[in-house]
Amino acid sequence: MEPALPHRMTRLARKLQFSLNGVIIAIPFYWLLIFFLVPFVIIFKISVAESLIASPPFSPLFDIAHNGALSVHLVFDNYAYLWEDSLYIKTYVNSIRISTISTVLCLLLGYPIAYAIVRSAPTTRFVLLMLIILPFWTSFLLRIYAWMGLLADQGTINNILIYLGLINRPIRLMYSEFAVHIGIVYSYLPFMILPLYANMEKLDHTIHEAAADLGARPFTTFLTVTLPLTIPGITAGSLLVFIPATGEFVIPDLLGGGNVLMIGRVLYNEFNANHDWPVASAVAIVLLLVLVIPMMLYQHIQSKETNG
Amino acid sequence: MSDTLDHSDRPWLDPDTAPFIKVDGITKKFGGFTAVDQVDLEIFRGELFSLLGASGCGKTTLLRILAGLETPTSGKVWIDGVDITQLPAYERPVNMMFQSYALFPHMNVAQNVAYGLKRDGIPKEEIVQRVGQMLTMVELSGFSKRKPHQLSGGERQRVALARALVKRPKVLLLDEPLAALDKRLREQTQFELMRIQEQLGVTFIVVTHDQEEAMTLSTRIAVMNEGRFIQIGPPTELYENPDNRFIASFIGSVNLFAGHTLTRNNDLYTIALNKHDLQCQIEHTQHLDNGSPIWVAVRPEKITLSTTPLAGEGLNQLMGTVDDIAYTGNLSTYRVKTQSGDIVEVTHPNQSRSRGSQLIADWDDTVYLHWTSADSVLLSE
Amino acid sequence: MGKKPSVFLFSMLCFGLAFLYIPMAMLVVYSFNYSKLVPVWGGFSIRWYRVLFESEEIWSALMLSLKIALLNATFATVLGTLAGLALARIGRFKGRTLFTGMITAPLVMPEVITGLSLLLLFISLNSIIGWPSERGMTTITIAHITFSMAYVAIIIRARLAGIGQHLEEAAQDLGGKPFRVLLDITLPLLAPALVAGWLLAFTLSLDDLVIASFVSGPGANTLPMLIYSRVRLGLRPDINALATIIILVVAVGVFIAGWLLLRQQQQRDRDLQIATTDNSDLSGLNDKDHHSHDRSGDIPQHQVDTGTPERPSRR
Repeated sequence: MEPALPHRMTRLARKLQFSLNGVIIAIPFYWLLIFFLVPFVIIFKISVAESLIASPPFSPLFDIAHNGALSVHLVFDNYAYLWEDSLYIKTYVNSIRISTISTVLCLLLGYPIAYAIVRSAPTTRFVLLMLIILPFWTSFLLRIYAWMGLLADQGTINNILIYLGLINRPIRLMYSEFAVHIGIVYSYLPFMILPLYANMEKLDHTIHEAAADLGARPFTTFLTVTLPLTIPGITAGSLLVFIPATGEFVIPDLLGGGNVLMIGRVLYNEFNANHDWPVASAVAIVLLLVLVIPMMLYQHIQSKETNG
Repeated sequence: MSDTLDHSDRPWLDPDTAPFIKVDGITKKFGGFTAVDQVDLEIFRGELFSLLGASGCGKTTLLRILAGLETPTSGKVWIDGVDITQLPAYERPVNMMFQSYALFPHMNVAQNVAYGLKRDGIPKEEIVQRVGQMLTMVELSGFSKRKPHQLSGGERQRVALARALVKRPKVLLLDEPLAALDKRLREQTQFELMRIQEQLGVTFIVVTHDQEEAMTLSTRIAVMNEGRFIQIGPPTELYENPDNRFIASFIGSVNLFAGHTLTRNNDLYTIALNKHDLQCQIEHTQHLDNGSPIWVAVRPEKITLSTTPLAGEGLNQLMGTVDDIAYTGNLSTYRVKTQSGDIVEVTHPNQSRSRGSQLIADWDDTVYLHWTSADSVLLSE
Repeated sequence: MGKKPSVFLFSMLCFGLAFLYIPMAMLVVYSFNYSKLVPVWGGFSIRWYRVLFESEEIWSALMLSLKIALLNATFATVLGTLAGLALARIGRFKGRTLFTGMITAPLVMPEVITGLSLLLLFISLNSIIGWPSERGMTTITIAHITFSMAYVAIIIRARLAGIGQHLEEAAQDLGGKPFRVLLDITLPLLAPALVAGWLLAFTLSLDDLVIASFVSGPGANTLPMLIYSRVRLGLRPDINALATIIILVVAVGVFIAGWLLLRQQQQRDRDLQIATTDNSDLSGLNDKDHHSHDRSGDIPQHQVDTGTPERPSRR
């Protein structure tokens, strides 16, 4: 018989396996490369181009000169402009401040909720989780819109307060930082609760009993055992709120109006209203730099979580 | 057992000794399910007491009630004369070693052991000293800076023990203390636990489902089933004088022969087996009417096996054929099929090395089983 | 079984749920308001639903959004599943770190950045290869696939990690070739995650405003874009009516899904209970059973309780 045949077949099988793996990796890999990574290179490229009144409204980065030499124009004017115009720096600082406060509010509200869910009976727990997730499946935009109806000068909250006689003239709730905080906490609360829940659920419940058995009162148990052990959940949840909230556009636009400066809105306007693409790109790159550390931290936690 | 008046080793026999722990009519219901059903229990100072039973029998619930982690539906618990039924876990003079050990994963060994002392506001120097002492006792002195995940199962078990003992509790509760260890380590640790208990004189209450473990460790054992105690007593009593068929078959192996009483002479009953042509006389203190259904329990090691019939005073004999032989090293177990079709188990120690000479009988051989009436127990339920 | 939550936890839970649901309830209530001024009650009416249904603009925006969402969900599920398989089942390959980074980054990337970068890509592509000549449904769909496939990949990876590799190894051991194993074993086991991923991608696409506004061209208005252009000018009762319909559809969907999941879980609990009681019966009045008292009856129960049996040793 042919002794080489089985050998050849296993080699073929290995090759097939190899090519199957290759296909599995290649398709999503190249998709993301083209539609996710390359665009960032382009943003960076445009952020160092000169703005022109043309279409597209920026100077080309590479130029083949008449003599055939490749010349590269790198213009850092856009970044200098961001630095010189105090509006941009103020807006970055303000965005970070607002999203930090909102993240803390989210944590203060989300932590006890997540803890209450973990502590309830299995069926209740399931129903509560569904209730927390459900708003996430409805339209984000419409949920912000709901708050417009509540917070407006003639809105539900003012109407109720006037009806109760607590105030006699509507108070300003809309178009304020307060409204933006409410919007962020409202929209991102599930993103805080779910990682916290996942973290708490994995904790061995007997360690709380052990702490009580060793003489710790409930509050001490919380401080010395529960809190330190839920730091991964706190970090993950906070980052999941903080990062998108910093670049948020819809919430400051609809609830904050012109009174609340946030970078997402400035970027959107720079792009859509002013048509200054190089400056918009520079704004985006700086925002990315601001968020790169929190994003890498999140990535790090996630990979630690999945790799044991 | 003699009638000695010195009960220092067996305080439960002395009516004048006050119990250290008293459980009085404790019931615990979870919804419609009764986990612990009206149990009473007295445990004395310095005992190593075991609660033994299959999973779901209520033993862990009872332990958790003692720890204060579960509130009883009704009943009371006293420790050292104090009613602690309403005390929360963190105020009770008892500590628990959890089945999962429940070590704090974010603290190292020393911090774990020191945790309870810190809660009591003990001065720092004393904490350091007591933690050091305790770690020496459990032979973990070099491990104080390790985190729980850097320890083996046996080391974790010892940290959990040290953490519970360092507070010098009046009672130490141990929930399946050895269940997570492999067999060899379990046997070593049993003796280690007994050494530590003797050294410190702390009262231990151990929950276990492992009857061998309970037998080795305990001064007394309470066997639980469906939330109630079936029998409470020292290991020898449970093994040699079981109250009923449940205990007889739960602790060790047993051969049970159904029969009925014929006549009674004081405490000596004459009984007949139902399926075998055999009559014998067995002592039994309870009153039974003539003709009552009873069971005769004989432990496998109390039966001897021979290839020829033997005769003797009070010797009971049955004939059968060898159905199966199991060799387990120290013992061989013979499964003998009697004429009525029952299987009777007989164990025989393997006293010499060569395999051929140990076999009293081979498969399908006709054999005779013998035991003395004094080695059998009459059970009425 | 958890302990009873304290009064504080319970009230925080109630407050949280009220905070989440009262605004949505108000949306629904005011959709039935006759008055054109949203917060001023003018009597019960369904006139805004009629206005909504008669609006051609809304219908065409809805149709466009649904088309994009369907395409996106399907493609994102395929791509995300491949990515999830790569992450969970193919140990080492060149560029794995980059790959992992590109999968998780879209999850946290601010939408304005993703939107802007994709728009600039499309414009550059157009000037280099002449495609896409106009922006609209295609560009929005591509943009949506790019960020929603990351969500699908995470779900698939979690599920793959949860079911472990031993079933696939068993199939290989029984002679299954890689592709057959993928088809016969892996994908059926993944079914719940595939459904969840598809639904999530569908919802993410329907929900997206920012990225779509960036990469869309003139004339292509998705439903969120249309809603946004209307609500920025103030409260509109027909939008309340639209919101009510969306909330109703989602609530019914989540309710049905939740009910099915709950029933499945309860069935599993019941099966488990039957299985364990059968086991523990052995330790009762079984006369000559040597093994009735060992731990064989306890171990399966314990494993199911804690989820992963090796967990105590991991942390």
